[in-house]
Amino acid sequence: MAYALIAVGYSLVFGILRLINFSHGSVYAFGAHIALLFVGFQFGVIPAVLLSIVFTGLLGVAIDKTALAPLRKKNSIPIAALITTIGISNIIQNLLMIFFGSEKKAFPAFFDFGMVNLGIAKVNSTQIVMCVVSLILLAALMLLVNKTKIGLAMRATEQNAKAASLMGINVNFVIGFTFFLGGASAAIAGSLISGYYQIVYPGMGFMAGLKAFAAAVLGGIGSLPGSVLGGLVVGVSESLAATFLGSTYRDSMAFIILIIVLIFKPTGFFGKKTITKV
Amino acid sequence: MAYLEVKGITKQFGGLVAVDDVSFEVEKGEIISIIGPNGAGKTTVFNMLTGVYQIDKGEIIFEGQPIHNKTPREIVKAGISRTFQNIRLFGNMRVIENVLVGTQIRTEYTFFDSFFRTGRFRREESEKVVKSVRILESIGLRERMDDYAQSLPYGEQRKLEIARAIATDAKIILLDEPAAGMNPQESEELLQFIRKLRDKGYTIILIEHDMSVVMNISDRIYVIDHGKRIAHGLPAEIANNEKVIEAYLGGVKKDA
Amino acid sequence: MSDNKNKETAGSGFIYHMELFLERYKLPVSAVCALVLLAVPFMGFSQYIMRILIMIGVYTMLGMGLNILTGYVGQLSLGHAGFFGIGAYTGALLMLRLGVNFVFAAIVGACLAALCGLLLGLPTLRLKGTYLAIVTLGFGEIARMVFMNWAPVTNGTLGLKNIPRPSFFGFDLTLANHGLYYLMLVLVALVTVSCLAIIRSKTGRSFIAIKEDEIAATMMGIQITRSKVLAFVISAFITGLAGSFYAPLVGFIDPNSFTFDVSSLIISIVILGGMGTIRGMFLGAVVLIIFPEVSRFLMDYRFVVYGIILVVMMRFRPQGVLGWKSQMPYKLPRLAREELAKQS
Repeated sequence: MAYALIAVGYSLVFGILRLINFSHGSVYAFGAHIALLFVGFQFGVIPAVLLSIVFTGLLGVAIDKTALAPLRKKNSIPIAALITTIGISNIIQNLLMIFFGSEKKAFPAFFDFGMVNLGIAKVNSTQIVMCVVSLILLAALMLLVNKTKIGLAMRATEQNAKAASLMGINVNFVIGFTFFLGGASAAIAGSLISGYYQIVYPGMGFMAGLKAFAAAVLGGIGSLPGSVLGGLVVGVSESLAATFLGSTYRDSMAFIILIIVLIFKPTGFFGKKTITKV
Repeated sequence: MAYLEVKGITKQFGGLVAVDDVSFEVEKGEIISIIGPNGAGKTTVFNMLTGVYQIDKGEIIFEGQPIHNKTPREIVKAGISRTFQNIRLFGNMRVIENVLVGTQIRTEYTFFDSFFRTGRFRREESEKVVKSVRILESIGLRERMDDYAQSLPYGEQRKLEIARAIATDAKIILLDEPAAGMNPQESEELLQFIRKLRDKGYTIILIEHDMSVVMNISDRIYVIDHGKRIAHGLPAEIANNEKVIEAYLGGVKKDA
Repeated sequence: MSDNKNKETAGSGFIYHMELFLERYKLPVSAVCALVLLAVPFMGFSQYIMRILIMIGVYTMLGMGLNILTGYVGQLSLGHAGFFGIGAYTGALLMLRLGVNFVFAAIVGACLAALCGLLLGLPTLRLKGTYLAIVTLGFGEIARMVFMNWAPVTNGTLGLKNIPRPSFFGFDLTLANHGLYYLMLVLVALVTVSCLAIIRSKTGRSFIAIKEDEIAATMMGIQITRSKVLAFVISAFITGLAGSFYAPLVGFIDPNSFTFDVSSLIISIVILGGMGTIRGMFLGAVVLIIFPEVSRFLMDYRFVVYGIILVVMMRFRPQGVLGWKSQMPYKLPRLAREELAKQS
């Protein structure tokens, strides 16, 4: 489930720019660290998370405005934007390391109500909260994209940015807003997941980002429900792998799934087929 | 049997039938034009001929061999090559390199020949370079040989695309709106060049939506509209064909 | 695009004259370069500096390896540390456990990396560039996990120690007797000449054509997937070769020698020097290997700077520092020149 939240961020940006935002994993780590920072200031957990959402969202916007928007203006080759996001990922992750230290830090568990007995199995209440919050957020995002005016503008930009801008949509604003949403969802994911594992470290975004990306591709990148389903599949297969093959292979699972999906159905579960135009 | 025989080809995209049961024949050494209003399905026909799209129904027979649903490589090897409506050159490669890429389909030396610079490599590489220079000469681009394709003016880019297609040793050359964006003088020159190609033994299939361009040059014309073939004949017959006039005027009305 | 063109014509004077100079005095210039490179060990540099010079050689090779794939074919790989590691581990294990000679170990290491490249490339190179990038990133991580978890062979997280120096006919090549330096020169020269030979042939033209316009390349009869896989295999081979040289050079390798940071350093070299150029790889390696050494105080910020280099280069000079297009006439093969002169 956790992967689903991160995967949504990839999907949002990919949907609109056809760009895989490699910096998303480190943005997620950034979100977790900012939340930790504000928790440290004794702001209380909820305000800390809210502040982190705002700051991380702004970070997303800043990434777009400083590095990616100029490339769009210049009509650079797609690989240029890709390399740029890798560079940004490097910058964020290493700055986090410098300012926060590379070691693992404790993060408060904020929704701990002990174990809940569900009849068949005992489930940690944190897990339930995570599931519920994730679902609510995803539902909210989907409402936003499908029912609101800005959502309509996002979908229009996704279809055809040029036409959208001719129709009076401020495409750059829409893209910026998308990056904000991506950043905000990363912050939420970062806080929730850190709350669950109760640790934070700068490198946390790397693996999680990769796996979430695998989830996004599996579900059909660009599709929000796809990301959720993909996240679930990746999460479940990881636990299965850990149980049956031993925990050392756990981390490879996501990539193996990814490679298999890409070979057999590169568009994922919900992806759309595209026709090559000549 | 005709040189190139297209029998009832059909292509659907989802529910939309882009090309519906279109047939035509081309004889060796002809200049054939396929015309029709914008969106009639002309480029789709080219894409089916060159293996970009699989065809849903029908047959394409070239020199007695079926070539439909073959890969683009096999079709180029069989002797059909094309240009593109929106120019697709290798912009950061030199003019001569663009043509050399065209010759590659008939270049036999292997990776190891080139790695060790064997006699075979040097012989064949020079052969192809000479051939490319000759082609550029014939199309009036020899002076431009060392330039990067991207820096050529529009008209010369179009010519370079044709040169690249010739370099594959094609027998049939498909030209997708070759005169698009050219001024009347440039397009007249181009038509002269196309005639010269025909006289050298090439078979030409042209796509145009502007009827006036092809009237003088074509041996025969096929007209398609909404994916269907609506007329076929000599240029004079087409000019007076009611269906054609309707398709074009109808198109104008819809546009207005 | 027009913006770009203007810049190039503006800079053309200098580059044109420099190219003209190099063309005219090709022989003396290359002779001087070769002499200087050969004479370096006798200039009394410390072992520390010699070591950095050899490292530059290693990363030049790594840059050239990735450059074949990224610079010419336009496919980005984020997992080259994986191939580097496969070459290094294979070479090191063969030398350590079986006492195999360096030359043989290096060839096997490079071939094994190439084989992995083939196995990974076959199914994945049909994918669009961005997907490929992420799959290669995954591959790099899987390779590292294998180094870490396959303890009976790789010695797990402890790594391999005391990897023997390369030796020829009982003569050990070390830093002190400059054997390693000359071995580096030989390898870099071999890789450079091979890359040039590949690029200046129909194979190289296919690579560039694919990068320029994949659809047009298909319509010219170029086999896209085959060419991409070939480039991937060549690229993995060179990277593996660099790995098999790296292992005995440093004497100790562990899974952390081949992290994503290494992959991103290789990418930075290619981008900084100039994608699709050979000359750029030398510059990229020199700058990015020397940089952390001269700026120890910036040590923590090293990877931040690599990131900034990527972002800034993409924005202001995506073709790289040395990424100009040659303004010399196209070099016709000798036979073709004679033929054309005869007829006109």
